[in-house]
Amino acid sequence: MNFETTIGLEVHVELKTQSKMFSPSPVSYGAEPNTMTNVIDWGFPGVLPSINKGAYSYGIMVALALHANITEFTHFDRKNYFYPDNPKAYQITQAEQPLATNGWVEIEVDGQKKKIGIAELHVEEDAGKNQHEPDGYSYVDLNRQGTPLVEIVSKPDIASPEEAYQYLEQLRQIVQFTGASDVKMEEGSMRVDTNLSVAPIGSDQWGTKTEIKNLNSFNHVRDGLAYEQKRQQEVLRAGGEIRQETRRWDVDKKETILMRVKEGADDYRYFPEPDLPPVHVTQAWIADVQATLPEAPAQRRARYVNDWGIPEYDAGVLTNTLEMANFFEATVAAGAEAKQASNWLMGEVSGYLNSEHLELKDVALTPAHLAGMINLIQDGTISSKIAKKVFQEIIKNDTEPKAWVEAKGMVQLSDPAVLTPIVTEILDNNQQSIDDFKAGKDRAIGFLVGNIMKQTRGKANPKVVNQILMTEIKKR
Amino acid sequence: MDYFKLDIDQLHSALVSGELTAADLTAQTLAGIRTVDPEIEAFLALNPEAEKTAGARDAQGIDANQALSGIPVAIKDNIVTKGLTTTAASKMLANFVPIYDATVVEKLAAAGAINVGKLNMDEFAMGSSTENSAFKVTKNAWDHRRVPGGSSGGSAAAVASGQVLVALGTDTGGSIRQPAAFNGIVGVKPTYGRVSRWGLIAFGSSLDAIGTLSRSVKDSAHVLNVIAGHDDKDATSADQPVPDFTAKIGQSIKGMKIALPEEYLGEGVDPQIAAAIRAAAEQFRALGATVDTVSLPHTKYAVPAYYIIASSEASSNLQRFDGIRYGFRAKDVQNLTDVYVRSRSEGFGPEVKRRIMLGTFSLSAGFYDAYFKKAAQVRTLITDDFNQIFADYDLIMGPTTPTVAFKIGEKVTDPLTMYMNDILTIPVNLAGLPAASIPAGFVDGMPVGLQLIAKHFDEATIYQAADAFEGQNDYLDQIPGGAR
Amino acid sequence: MISKESVAHVAELARLSFSEAELQQYTAQMDDILTMVEKLEAVDTTGVEPTTQSIHLQNVMRADKAVNDTNTEELFKNVPTHKGTLIQVPAIIDKEED
Ligand SMILES: [Mg+2]
Ligand SMILES: [Zn+2]
Repeated sequence: MNFETTIGLEVHVELKTQSKMFSPSPVSYGAEPNTMTNVIDWGFPGVLPSINKGAYSYGIMVALALHANITEFTHFDRKNYFYPDNPKAYQITQAEQPLATNGWVEIEVDGQKKKIGIAELHVEEDAGKNQHEPDGYSYVDLNRQGTPLVEIVSKPDIASPEEAYQYLEQLRQIVQFTGASDVKMEEGSMRVDTNLSVAPIGSDQWGTKTEIKNLNSFNHVRDGLAYEQKRQQEVLRAGGEIRQETRRWDVDKKETILMRVKEGADDYRYFPEPDLPPVHVTQAWIADVQATLPEAPAQRRARYVNDWGIPEYDAGVLTNTLEMANFFEATVAAGAEAKQASNWLMGEVSGYLNSEHLELKDVALTPAHLAGMINLIQDGTISSKIAKKVFQEIIKNDTEPKAWVEAKGMVQLSDPAVLTPIVTEILDNNQQSIDDFKAGKDRAIGFLVGNIMKQTRGKANPKVVNQILMTEIKKR
Repeated sequence: MDYFKLDIDQLHSALVSGELTAADLTAQTLAGIRTVDPEIEAFLALNPEAEKTAGARDAQGIDANQALSGIPVAIKDNIVTKGLTTTAASKMLANFVPIYDATVVEKLAAAGAINVGKLNMDEFAMGSSTENSAFKVTKNAWDHRRVPGGSSGGSAAAVASGQVLVALGTDTGGSIRQPAAFNGIVGVKPTYGRVSRWGLIAFGSSLDAIGTLSRSVKDSAHVLNVIAGHDDKDATSADQPVPDFTAKIGQSIKGMKIALPEEYLGEGVDPQIAAAIRAAAEQFRALGATVDTVSLPHTKYAVPAYYIIASSEASSNLQRFDGIRYGFRAKDVQNLTDVYVRSRSEGFGPEVKRRIMLGTFSLSAGFYDAYFKKAAQVRTLITDDFNQIFADYDLIMGPTTPTVAFKIGEKVTDPLTMYMNDILTIPVNLAGLPAASIPAGFVDGMPVGLQLIAKHFDEATIYQAADAFEGQNDYLDQIPGGAR
Repeated sequence: MISKESVAHVAELARLSFSEAELQQYTAQMDDILTMVEKLEAVDTTGVEPTTQSIHLQNVMRADKAVNDTNTEELFKNVPTHKGTLIQVPAIIDKEED
């Protein structure tokens, strides 16, 4: 029996606002527990929510970047459930009329392009955090309570774990380029809920889906889904039945483990939030957001390829993160040749960041310094061998490359007036090599260049040396 | 302090002239409460800071332009007061000390009013008799064997028994107007959104309104002048200009068009009450107004629609009382489920649990459309009924309650009969309209309330008509025997 | 007619527990109330928009500006039990998070 897989992804993205979705307390990360909260976040008796317009605008921005249709009239709803990190015992969300519907993301798997549909995006508030400790108690920190979220729900278009991975990668990139979110899985500003079902090919019915939790990176998502896909197929092949259940990805064992079997649907008792008047998103509001919407990664890639002659693959790497793309463009703006800037960023810079486990923002390198160094190579001031030393310096310290190479005496000898006498002296002392060259032995040139380099302690510009050598040798 | 012969204007003059100090007035008020309240049981707590605050007010000077400067007021206990226990008459909040003030409390303080204490009520404002308080049963000022009405029963009884001149109450389905009617005083529920709900412990969020209970019409207008207005902390508070609500007081109502819905005098309404309301209609005609009989055909659906909507909202609003961050936590709880279930089951009284159950049911999977949504649609039809009348009329009049105050214990075991008592006040909350109950005579020695309903944000017209009616009668001179 | 089982289920959703006698009483009272509510079925509401707010405001929003003026100690004044600035809760048995 052959199966087809259907994967659903619900992605929560924290918005980078100053204040919370429905309360003016600050959005923070890593602060002392409960110090970034107020009576609203605690759900004190008598408090009321108020809508953060900036958060809603960010939501519109994400929706526009994902080609979704913005809902003109919406209201908020309450989703009721009890949990200590949910102080009102309801989450204010949009159930009936989400922020936007019908978006899409384009992915590429095995050279094939495919559009993955987005059913809806809605704005809601994040919960606080519970931590469970061995002393028999749990502890609640409400700092995160109320942080604005956009939840992005995919259509049942994702057919494999690899497509899920690519979808998440594209989604992360697109959202990151809007500037509305950091979209960092490791900091929790992007969180992924997954479900997967399999059904015999051609079946007109959906299979029973299972939910998989504890997927804390895109790789875990891919591995967890792949495991679950295989597990479900095997159960069905053996004549078994898939139960509606929640499973947990065990990172060490590399398998999904049953957490609980779901009996019926959860009953969240949604109803319209009476404390908040509805939202009317006017065309003018959308236009305002559109006007501030930064260029999408796909547009940037096209520009790199068409305007700057960057290969498509390289353009893809450069637009992997907003930070990298911005750095690249700033380096070009600082006067570097685009292809050179790209080569350095994809080569030495990325290599350094990977080996040191750092990000661009963690190193001292600036676009101006990188451009400066590239130009020193281009105009012959330094050799590519020296450039490696310069690179080690400017990535670690805030050093101006030109001043530094001059101070260190690393500048190449390129002045013919200085180099010509050295060349003629070497030629005068090596008649045998001149004869060999004239007899057709090209290798003799290498010997002469070597001597010149030795004489100049490696500082001579090889290109210039070659030119002078040829001119002078012809004179003999 | 003999509040039966005084009003805010008189006290204000005395305070401004220095004939009386705020400190004296507050001390006398507290003394009066200590004498009268052991019998009435309207107060849950006295403000230990009241005399100090009044002294500070004297030192600062009485504001000649602010009628409430130095005037003692009392506050229903579902309105939070910083540092002063606020219980909503529930065991759940028996020891709850708010860390912020409700906007209305801030506004009263800014106007120089002195908060003397917190008033009893039905637990979380759920009830029509104040018998649902977890702490005490407040008595009707006119007959101590009878209920003061509810849920603002403490507010109404405190004013009617002369303990304070004015009190704040809240009205979700009649909770200001019904106790005002039962106690022969003036109760005003402003337009939804006229007064900020920030700091009001929510019951039915789309219905709740803070308003006033007072002996005179003008005293109510003075208080509403202070507490009304938009508040950034309450997104549902209207950004409407706040007129001087005393401005139309004293103006003739000649030419005013008043509608009297036939449904408000129909089945279930005590014929003697109906007669009192017809007599009131004659008085309005004598004052130059026209009174026509009209129809509000969906009136009979208001009670079921209201109980679904209010209980649904309440079931969600009251989920925050979970024993974790504040309020009652059951003893010896071993795990989270215990914290929730035992704290809530032991902390809430039977009526609150009944409403939570009804609301939770109405919102639950499979029942939402037939209950919550249906009720919300009927709410539209009830609102449309009012809009049609207000296209042609300035005011709607009718009785506030179908009967006078009933005996303590008479209906408490029969929730349905209790609910039907609110049939005449509930439609107003569903439509968000402003309305008042004013004294309109007596039936069997118990006060009768006349209800006046106006268009959204047209409280001024209510005050105008209510004052004209008050001037025609001597109800203000009648002092409840039960309190003496 | 609402069943005792349905009432028990609703109680569970609402995190309330009732004794057998209470459950019986609540079932009877809920049944009375729901019978009263069934009067609404007689109203034709085809095409009628629900009303969830009575005065019609829209776009009441606040600018994205952070304010942190709450004293954390004050927030803890009513907390039954806490450890430092963490709210303490008897153990969560089901560690599942929503
Ligand atoms: Mg959601
Ligand atoms: Zn969500």
